[in-house]
Amino acid sequence: MDPNMKDIVLKYVIDEYLEDDSETITYDTPLISGGIVDSFSMVSLKRFLENKYNISIPDADASPEAFDTVNKICTLVDRFLGK
Amino acid sequence: MAYNDKTRQMYLDTLQGIRDAGLFKQERFIHSPQAADIEVEFPAGASLKKVINICANNYLGLSSHPEVIKAAHEGLDSRGYGMSSVRFICGCQDIHKELEARITEFLGTEDTVLFPSCMDANAGVFEAILTKDDVMISDRLVHASLIDGIRLASAIHDTYKHNDMEHLEQKLQLHADKRLKLVICDGVFSMDGDTAKLDEMVALCEKYNAMILVDDSHSSGFIGKTGRGTHEKYGVVGKIDVITTTFGKGLGGASGGCVSGRSELVEMCRQKARPYLFSNTMAPVIVAGVLKVMDLIMHNTERRDKLERNTDFWRKGLTEAGFVLKEGDTPIVPVMLFNAKLSQDFSRDLFDEGVYAIGFFFPVVPQGQARIRTQVSAGHEMHHLEKALDAFIKVGKKYEILGKTKQEIIERYGN
Repeated sequence: MDPNMKDIVLKYVIDEYLEDDSETITYDTPLISGGIVDSFSMVSLKRFLENKYNISIPDADASPEAFDTVNKICTLVDRFLGK
Repeated sequence: MAYNDKTRQMYLDTLQGIRDAGLFKQERFIHSPQAADIEVEFPAGASLKKVINICANNYLGLSSHPEVIKAAHEGLDSRGYGMSSVRFICGCQDIHKELEARITEFLGTEDTVLFPSCMDANAGVFEAILTKDDVMISDRLVHASLIDGIRLASAIHDTYKHNDMEHLEQKLQLHADKRLKLVICDGVFSMDGDTAKLDEMVALCEKYNAMILVDDSHSSGFIGKTGRGTHEKYGVVGKIDVITTTFGKGLGGASGGCVSGRSELVEMCRQKARPYLFSNTMAPVIVAGVLKVMDLIMHNTERRDKLERNTDFWRKGLTEAGFVLKEGDTPIVPVMLFNAKLSQDFSRDLFDEGVYAIGFFFPVVPQGQARIRTQVSAGHEMHHLEKALDAFIKVGKKYEILGKTKQEIIERYGN
């Protein structure tokens, strides 16, 4: 895995989804089940990852569960990086 | 499956959970026509109380206007009560086409199609004009009906931060490869009362070859110098590809809505929008009423001018009293209380003081953003607003929130 991937994804999530600067999140903060990212907004995260890592994530794999934490997102991306 | 005891208990527990969270909504029964002065039974079974209504969407005060009522009576007599049909079978009278033409002229668009409500217009428009090859990019605070319509469409969906033009531009760049891009917003945002920056948005849409859809339900009839809507306020009449709006607010307050805009997009709605194809046509009596509303406002700005003056007075009065308001210049004036229970208690105390205004809390607004949403009307006279202001100040003093900041209110009451 790209050693910087977690920080890149975390920064994207903070910039994209957090409205309040005082909020903090970690690699394991539940994003979708925790109400930080709604399922609608997942599309921009998915497209960001696809563009950034030059991969294609099938819709069937882009489930709310797979996108629920930064750690899970990075695991998902890593799975497609090798393909 | 039978509706057995276990199923019933499951629902009872869910409802109790809503009550326990202080989020249970209760109806109040009004025994009079909609107006600045109404008679209300609250709680159920209580004797009637005459109160000032400052939470209706009756922006132009036309909901019970005698000329509108007379026109509706005449429409009832001449065109009947119901059409017993959707539009395209046998539900389109001459007056339906007449109203569509009047709305097209009023909004400065190319064509218009009526829907049973703006909720239906929003439910149908996206799937009718977009495919899976397209993208919808919406403001994060758009109305629930737009969100529902977006969910029904096959195009992909993305959002931008509320009124953040830089973020919108990033999203237009991100989705540059899509066949069609549609930017979606409210003209006036219903919960905050602020407006979309349509001049900047149109410029961005032109730069990135995107279309734009505006729900102007809380604008039509009174925003802009002649009341055409938010597009008039921002000088972009003729540049909004789709406007959806309602006749259930400023334009008479009964029901019905429409999609108005580029003629091909409107025609696509006639051919494909499911609420148009599968729901009844607007009742003739309402069409006749809205036609009279258009007569009253098409070439006369008296009512929207009065509404503007009333809004200035109301915002200024609440601000000087020390309430925390959402900034803006529209007749939607949210008095921020942040805590759901406080908003309910405040509303109940206002009622005791003879003022009807409802507390809004999650899920209608985000968690921690509870408020009393006040809405000014051209039907309000100065004495209504003065009395309502006195009541707000009295209740505000009781809860010791006047002159307090957001943080101070949250520290005391929570959010």
